[in-house]
Order: sequence, then structure tokens, then C-alpha cells
Amino acid sequence: MQAANLLLLTLVLAMAAYGLGYARSRSLAMPLGGIRHLKSLPFYYGARAALWCALPALVVLALWAAFQGKVIQLLVIGSLPPEMIPADEGRASLLLSKISNVASGALPPDFVEAPIVEAAERLQALRARSRMLMTGLVVSVAVLAGFLGWLRIRPRINAREQVESILKWLFFACASLAILTTLGIIFSVAFETFRFFEKVPFVEFFFGTSWSPQTALRADQVAAEGAFGMIPLFTGTLLISAIAMLVAVPVGLLSAIYLSEYANRQVRSVVKPLLEMLAGIPTVVYGFFAALTVAPFISNLAASLGIEASSQSALAAGGVMGIMIIPLVSSLSDDVINAVPQAMRDGSLALGATQSETMKKVIFPAALPGIMGGILLAVSRAIGETMIVVMAAGLAANLTANPLETVTTVTVQIVTLLTGDQEFDSAKTLAAFALGAMLFLATLLLNVIALKIVRKYREQYD
Amino acid sequence: MNTLNTTVTGEVQMPEENAVPVQEGRPAETVIEEGKTVGRPFADDAKFKLRNVEVFYGQERAIKNISLDVARNEVIAFIGPSGCGKSTFLRCLNRMNDSIDICRVKGSLRLDDQDIYDPKRDVVELRARVGMVFQKPNPFPKSIYDNVAYGPRIHGLANRKADLDEIVENSLRKAGLWNEAKDRLDATATGMSGGQQQRLCIARAIAVSPEVVLMDEPCSALDPIATAKVEELIAELSESYTIVIVTHSMQQAARVSHRTAYFHLGHLVEVNETNKVFTSPEHELTESYITGRFG
Repeated sequence: MQAANLLLLTLVLAMAAYGLGYARSRSLAMPLGGIRHLKSLPFYYGARAALWCALPALVVLALWAAFQGKVIQLLVIGSLPPEMIPADEGRASLLLSKISNVASGALPPDFVEAPIVEAAERLQALRARSRMLMTGLVVSVAVLAGFLGWLRIRPRINAREQVESILKWLFFACASLAILTTLGIIFSVAFETFRFFEKVPFVEFFFGTSWSPQTALRADQVAAEGAFGMIPLFTGTLLISAIAMLVAVPVGLLSAIYLSEYANRQVRSVVKPLLEMLAGIPTVVYGFFAALTVAPFISNLAASLGIEASSQSALAAGGVMGIMIIPLVSSLSDDVINAVPQAMRDGSLALGATQSETMKKVIFPAALPGIMGGILLAVSRAIGETMIVVMAAGLAANLTANPLETVTTVTVQIVTLLTGDQEFDSAKTLAAFALGAMLFLATLLLNVIALKIVRKYREQYD
Repeated sequence: MNTLNTTVTGEVQMPEENAVPVQEGRPAETVIEEGKTVGRPFADDAKFKLRNVEVFYGQERAIKNISLDVARNEVIAFIGPSGCGKSTFLRCLNRMNDSIDICRVKGSLRLDDQDIYDPKRDVVELRARVGMVFQKPNPFPKSIYDNVAYGPRIHGLANRKADLDEIVENSLRKAGLWNEAKDRLDATATGMSGGQQQRLCIARAIAVSPEVVLMDEPCSALDPIATAKVEELIAELSESYTIVIVTHSMQQAARVSHRTAYFHLGHLVEVNETNKVFTSPEHELTESYITGRFG
């Protein structure tokens, strides 16, 4: 049986164990005078039986599925005649893929040597046996453990405590999965970054002002030396993010103020969902909107004013990105403004302050830390945004502060470095990891600051 | 004035058809006549002249045809069981009900013979004249100085920093907070104790030199010592301000007020000199309430 089917079967067995355990605990309880004489509710006895049934079986299944491929490979390779045993890992994997191609029928047996055909047959036999063994083992473990769990249902046993503690561990496992994934990504990025710095000096990367990562693939190729200065990329990122924030912060903030303080209920119920709909538009749609509508409009406008502007510009990308971020800023600010107690508003209004004075002098200062937190989250969103910039701002790494020129950002360069066929040990590819690490550090820093500010704000009104 | 339909029993309202025999010595049913208030609801030198006031929350009528005068420089206390409309009525006097969408106010409400609810009326000016102190102390999360200076600043009451300093000092002195606060005017107000915060709110309200101060249960969040201080303050303030105070504590009403108004289910049942209300109430409902039979 396939592992996926086996998984389903195990779950069915666990459900059966639940039902049987539930029934047994009830039938044990009845002679005692009802389920209130049980230490736990029947649900917990059932759940415990189900967990007993499922968990060991799933562990066996997972281990088997994880190691069967490796073990079978070793057995197949070991069974080859000594003269065919591969010398190194590369050859071994070539040979193995040949064998499994023969086994799956993708490669006709006439094309290969006899020992390989034999090995392929052996591979298939081993796989079949492994599947059978796995099925037998998992099912018997499930049934046996489930039976034990069922047998151990006694009115005096506190099943609830056991179920709760198992659940606690399950939750912990889920939580640590996310953390482990993050750690894994951090380590892989850090490792590749170190390799990058073996090829390119620190100083060049951090302080170089020119970025052109095209290097020669082979020694005899005529190509540029390659320059890895990240400064133009980071200034491009900063320029575009700054333009985006210039659009998003005033518009988002003022619309949040309007929605929370001035709009009546009907207006609010229409405008707020509409505004939040902006957040649901895919960034690629924003991207072609920026590239096909906004960027030409800006360059035509600039041309009619007699200013030189390229057809792709930081202004177009930043402006559209700003529109994309408006709902983020406005809904976070709206929450924070609403969290300011009504008593503050009343106190100010009762002193004869107008609504706008109240907003300006009491509510806004009180909400400011939270709003700052929201804005910093928006900034890290802007820094990480890629699609709009790829489409609307271009790829040329210009070191410029002119928003009408083409610029590029860190994320865009990562995309261009890693798309297509790449070799994974050139400075060019590794540069993507270094850039990624820098970007990660920058957004991490911003997020930490944002969280700190938000937390500080939370303490204020408790 | 239409006679009325509201039937009120001492404790519970009973449907007419299964009315039980009346127990002796206790008023089982008291009819409140709408718009009729026993005692002395009117005054010669009226600061507020309120006639036939009705307040609606959506369809619900929260204040039912109340007429009352508040005299100049008197302290009048509003008492009554929870939900009787005394806070709602108080908030009509400086139009704090405006911020509640579904709230409508009818009738004639006049401050110094000017209509409070005139659509052309400047609410800012009204609230500068009629200050308010709330149930829970609500200092702004600013410094003590900025809290008191808030009102004078928005009304442009001081031309120079020295003038503002003087206003702040005077207000804090009047609120009896100067000695405690003078060395930490720059400290944030939310760090003060509850009683200090409430006195700060009073200082903040009187810093704009209002003519009337409305107090909505100003001591309900305070301990007895802080309450005593605030009550002392009210007595002092009554020399220069008209004060309307809503309170749940009958002792407090008895201690600080000149007149007491008893509200019941949106009606104004009785208004009289405070000692008269507490020694010989004219209405049975007032008597039941102050003797603790309900409330």
C-alpha cells in the first residue's frame, strides 16, 4: 500500500479506536451509576485510545518512509557485481537513476547492460517488499497499540490529563515547525553568504557603488570582471520605499482618521471594505498597472513639462506601491485610533475642543506609538515588495536620487540573479544570498522596532 | 400635560390582572404623573431653564417630559436608581449627547436665556461655559501642566507663557492639587493616584473659567479619603460656580448639595431643598429610595 493510503487507513483505525474507547468507557461507567463516576468524560477515553492507536503507527510510518529509499539504494548498489560498484557519489547517483529508469520502464532494458537490468528487477522486488512490510508493520502497530489503549480504560484513570498533555506536545511540535523552518532558512542563507564573502571582499560589497554581477562563466570567455557593490541597490530600495511611504502614509493615515472619527456608520460600512479590497489585489496586477499605465503617463507628463524621464521610473513603481500599502497603513492606524478610550475624546470635547482639535492634540498623540508601529510594518512590506518594481522600475542599477530615472532594488536583483539556469557556486548566484541576508537583517530590524513600539503602546492604557 | 400610564410598584412591576392584595404599610403601586414634579423644581434666579425636556435613544424615550430650573451658584444633586436617566439628562446640559448618533433631544433648554440646542449655537462656546467632570478620571496621557493648560490653550486664554503658568497654578490651587503637583508639573498625569487624577480633571475643567461645572458621579471610582477631598473641593467651588452633580451616594448628595432632584425611570419625581428631601420627602417613591427600599 502507498504511504498516503496507509496514512488514511491509520486515521480510520484511530477513529474506530475513538468510537470503541468511548463506548467501553460508557459501558464501564454504567454499572457504577453513570459517567460522573469516571475520572474523565468518555470523550477523553475515546481520544486517548485514538491517540494510542495513531501516534506510534504514524511514527513508524514516518520513519519507514524517510529511510526506505536510502536503504533500498544501498541494497541495490551492494548487490551489483564488484566491477560495477561506482567509485564516487556522482557516479552512484547516475547509476541509480539509470536503474530506476529501467525499473519504471522509461528506459528499455535492451539499452543497458545485463547487471543493470538485474539490479532494476531487484529494485522493484525490494520496493514491493518494502511496501508490504510497511503496511503490515503500521497496521499491526496501530491495532496493537489501539487495543492496548482500549484495554487500559479504567474509571480511575485520568484520561483527560494524558490527552491534554499529548495535545500540548502536538501544539508545541506545530509551533516549533515554523521556528525550525525559519532557522533553516536563516542558516542556509548565512552559509551561502559566507561562501559569497570568500569570493568577493567585504568592503566591495558594502561600500562599492557599482553593481554589475555578470561574470565570465568559463575561463576563456570574454566578459566583464563583475562588480558587487550593494549601495546602488539599497539606495534604489530606499528611494522606491520612500516614494511609496510618501503616498501611503498621508493617504492611509488621513483616511483612517476620517473613518474612525468623522465618517458615520453607513459611510464607514461601505468605505472600509472597499479600502481593504485594495489589499486583495495581487501585486502582479499592480505591477502591470504601474508598468503600462502609470509609468508611460509619468514619462509623457515629464516630457510635456520639458523634463527628461525614462519610460520606467522609480516614481511609477513607488507611487503604485504606495497605493498598494494604503490599506495596511489605514487599517492598522484605524485599529489604534479606535483603541484610544472614548473617555479621552469626551474629556477633550467637554473642554470645548472641536473634533479636529481633539484629534490633533489628544487622540493622535495617544495613538502615535501604535501608528508608528504600523508604519514601520508598512516600510518592511515596501522594502520586500518585488513584482511592481520588476515591472515598473527597470533593472538598471543606477546610483541616483532622481525619481524619474530607472532604478533597481535588492529584491529585483535577487530575482534576476536566480531565475533561469544558474550554477550554484559562482559569485553571481551567491550574491543573491548575500543580498537576501542583508534584506532579511533590514526588515528584521524594522519589525523588531515596530513590535517594540507597539508593545510599549499597549501598556499605556491598561 | 397628559396623565399617565406608567405604573410603578415599590419593587416589582405587576400586571394588573393578577394584582395581589396590597400589603399594609407599604405603597404597592405608585402612579407617576408624567411631567409633574413635586417640591420646588423652579427657581427665581435660573442659570438653566429646562422645560419639557425629552431625550430619545432611537425609539426609546429615556427622559420623559422633565422641567427644572438650576439656580445660579447652587449645587444641585441628581439622585435615583441606575438607568433612571440622570446622567443622560446631565449630558444634555453641555450637549455631550451630540456624539451619540441615535440620541435626540426635544424641549426647551436655555442657559442664561439662550437656547442650548439652537442649531446655530456654537458648541465650543457652550462647553467652555459648561465644564464637565466624568465618572472615571480621564486625564490625557500628557504632563500635569499640559493637562491643565489644554483648555486655556485651545480657547486662547493666555497670550504669554507667564499668563498660562498663572492659570495653571490658580486652577491647581483651586482644585487643592497645587502642593502635591507643583514639583512635578512635567510628570505624566497618568502616573498620579486616582483621587489626584480626578482633582486634576476638576482643575482642567475650571482652567477655562466655566460658569457651570457638571459632575457625573465624580467620586464613584475613588476611595473614601479621596472622595472626602473632592467633596471639600465641591463645597469650595460652589462659591463661584453653579454645580450639577450626579451621584449614587445619598450621603454625598446630602453633604454637598443645596437642592436634590430625584429621578425615577426617566421621570423627575421630586426636587426640593436637600435637607427636606432627606428628612421629609414628599413623594412616596423618593421616600422608598432614600430609605433604601430599592435602588
